[in-house]
Amino acid sequence: MTDAREPDALTPYARSLGITLHEWDGGIPVMTVAFDDTVEGRPQHYHGGATGGLLETAGYAALRAELDRLGRDAVLKPINITVQYLAAGKSRASFAKGRITKLGRRSANLTVEAWQDDPSRPIATAVMNVLMAERDG
Amino acid sequence: MTEQTRKFDPAAAAPFFASRGHSGWLGLKYSHHGDDWVELELPWREDLLGEEGQKVLASGPILSLMDMASGMAIWRAMDDFTAIATLDLRVDYVRPAREGASVFGRSQCYRLTRSAAFVRGVAHDGDIDDPVAHIQAVFMKIASKAPVMLDD
Repeated sequence: MTDAREPDALTPYARSLGITLHEWDGGIPVMTVAFDDTVEGRPQHYHGGATGGLLETAGYAALRAELDRLGRDAVLKPINITVQYLAAGKSRASFAKGRITKLGRRSANLTVEAWQDDPSRPIATAVMNVLMAERDG
Repeated sequence: MTEQTRKFDPAAAAPFFASRGHSGWLGLKYSHHGDDWVELELPWREDLLGEEGQKVLASGPILSLMDMASGMAIWRAMDDFTAIATLDLRVDYVRPAREGASVFGRSQCYRLTRSAAFVRGVAHDGDIDDPVAHIQAVFMKIASKAPVMLDD
């Protein structure tokens, strides 16, 4: 059911970067990106921007999944994001999963974690605020 | 410090970064620089949109643009090309970028310590007085003596 929505939950940017759905975990999508040239910064390491993009995408995906569950529709617009880089992203797949800390009527606050081998040892975390605007027409 | 004494030239270094990896994929280009700041250009691309059917650039590429401009601003301010890593990066997306417009990311390294570098900057789409995003970030110098760049 929710799995069928995967292509919608991904932005053109996320698809272009190579981010895909890894699995659903308790109703929340876990997003993943393989390590390749498009995410590489310093040789054999993730670019901070690519890690940030994965975090943001997982945050939007978690919010979209929850809005779908509630039968709500909205255009999601970024307000801000703060990323903490905890460890270097090495040359293997990364994963990220968001958690909705507060879902309001107009905005949502999310925390997101990214990891590689062990979900309990995140390589980066983010806090995001997202505006939920009504769809035109 | 005069231009002649500087070792790190952002205009000369940018094409190297833009030839590979994530920055190459984004197509980042050199725009301007000063003693402690660097501005890079992110050309408009249809496949970097933030939502299907909306002609608005995603936020991710702006984050990447500012991360890269910040790193280069730090190398410019340090006048050295040592390995650095982003510790903390905050981006406030104050308005959407105009459809079809390049986005320019200008970041300034306003404070260097032995181990940390502090930067702030804006992303704009032509008028720096009307930014699309503001950023603040802290980078750490990587202790290892490993070179930041491969020989090839």
